[in-house]
Amino acid sequence: MQAKGRVFKYGNNVDTDVIIPARYLNTSDADELALHCMEDLDADFVKNVRPGDIMVAGKNFGCGSSREHAPMALKAAGISVVIAETFARIFFRNAINIGLPILECGEAAHDIEADDTVEVDLGAGTITNLTKKRTYQAQPFPPFMQDIIEADGLINHIRANLR
Amino acid sequence: MGMTMTQKILAAHAGLDSVEPGQLIEADLDMVLGNDITAPVAIREFEKIGITDVFDKAKIALVPDHFTPNKDIKAAEQSRLLRTFAAEKEIEHYFEVGQMGIEHALLPEKGLVVSGDVVIGADSHTCTYGALGAFSTGIGSTDMAAGMATGRAWFKVPSALRFELTGKPGQWVMGKDIILHIIGLVGVDGALYQSMEFSGSGIAYLSMDDRFSMANMAIEAGAKNGIFPVDDQTLAYVKEHSTKPYRVYEADADAHYEQSYTIDLSTIRPTVSFPHLPDNTRSIDEVGNVRIDQVVIGSCTNGRIEDLRMAAGILKGRKTAKHVRLIVFPATQAIYLQAVREGIAEILVEAGAAFSTPTCGPCLGGHMGILAEGERAVATTNRNFVGRMGHPKSEVYLASPAVAAASAVTGRISDPALLEGKE
Repeated sequence: MQAKGRVFKYGNNVDTDVIIPARYLNTSDADELALHCMEDLDADFVKNVRPGDIMVAGKNFGCGSSREHAPMALKAAGISVVIAETFARIFFRNAINIGLPILECGEAAHDIEADDTVEVDLGAGTITNLTKKRTYQAQPFPPFMQDIIEADGLINHIRANLR
Repeated sequence: MGMTMTQKILAAHAGLDSVEPGQLIEADLDMVLGNDITAPVAIREFEKIGITDVFDKAKIALVPDHFTPNKDIKAAEQSRLLRTFAAEKEIEHYFEVGQMGIEHALLPEKGLVVSGDVVIGADSHTCTYGALGAFSTGIGSTDMAAGMATGRAWFKVPSALRFELTGKPGQWVMGKDIILHIIGLVGVDGALYQSMEFSGSGIAYLSMDDRFSMANMAIEAGAKNGIFPVDDQTLAYVKEHSTKPYRVYEADADAHYEQSYTIDLSTIRPTVSFPHLPDNTRSIDEVGNVRIDQVVIGSCTNGRIEDLRMAAGILKGRKTAKHVRLIVFPATQAIYLQAVREGIAEILVEAGAAFSTPTCGPCLGGHMGILAEGERAVATTNRNFVGRMGHPKSEVYLASPAVAAASAVTGRISDPALLEGKE
């Protein structure tokens, strides 16, 4: 899978409460959630994000609540891939389970800046910064998780195995 | 190589003699949990799988606790989705308003989780049941759907950090202070992907309610789970609340820990987490002058009977400061009733508290205690992120019920020992 987009850059410990505040969790409609994505951290995010854009952040991205609404909102807002130094573990599972591509890469997370244009080859784990003309290598997923991603999420993976 | 407690429980539930950190396993589940925020998404995903029945009607718990009693029409629709699904699939452990409580206080109280279990819940504070010597961890809605369908979940076997607790905590020091202290020590990602394994002679001084509030906040250090060894107190609790068979696992003497910390409980002071991360901790002596607008006592972290007893002990014969709104919400109906019977409810209401029905409401800024711009709350809850309890420019200070009650009286963050005029 390939992705290419402009970068939104944030710091460490971006929690799921700022990705989608709980006051909007009275719905689980992804498009409705996307309207409020990131608003407590970056009120202009929803206005500025374009389909395919890429989010880059520091350590422990997605910490806090287990709300799957967080990766759902990011995906519906148009984010094609999230690159972070590390992810909180529940967010990591949720992103894979709903098919929001993510990559862990400290070098990329440090070097990439807001508004850079970045290209990602998810299968190979390569991240190319077209603005700075640099390439970073992320850890590829273990085969077990690649199976889930290839099945387009956990539910499809289970459906295939139940048959 | 020996195994930690967590590794032993996971190995047994995966049908393996031993496991190693990093190994991917599939484990059998003893309980799958969801609430009115996370279960609606899980139900939709479950229906996509295309099977009629859940794997075991007795091993699923659905608890509408977050935006209940329903805060608005959309929340009411979400609750109805749970109710309808529970009825259709004949889920045995569905708890309607009137029977329900905050899920992580309710499940142990109802005996639905016992020592040695493997539990997943679509709520990050599912790690609470580690207090019982169970492996329990938060997952998302899709994992919950898969769990309801198959009774199994995949895990990466975690490595571990050990926290050796020694000594006896002081009079005003609660489990909450200890876990805030530990989170301050290791940081909000200090235990990322790892288990936090508590051990040591100091555990004997910690009540089950202390242990629940400590295991509850393991997630605030990024941990997969937090777990306590099973002792006489644990077994007494399990036998009082459950008829389910339990199993006691012990860490091997040669189990490997990535790091070990020794913590002398006698040196821990009442501890407060300043905005906007739980690891931003200060001892009560370093707090300074922080004027507050609201105090919230309750939640899955600190809404249990000992928490309410502590608050009532401090508030008895006193009044809440004029500029402070005090909201107390017992975590379950049983705790509520016990608080009424013990006279706690009367003490709190006379002190000026709003005494609420069980709900997660204010903790996550849902309802029943939202903060306006610039307002500050002391809360016995578990997160103080930006906007957590309301306006993005409001502030939450995390503390124990003792500090919260003392602060309600003085109107600023306060040491309960000074209020009482004794150590």
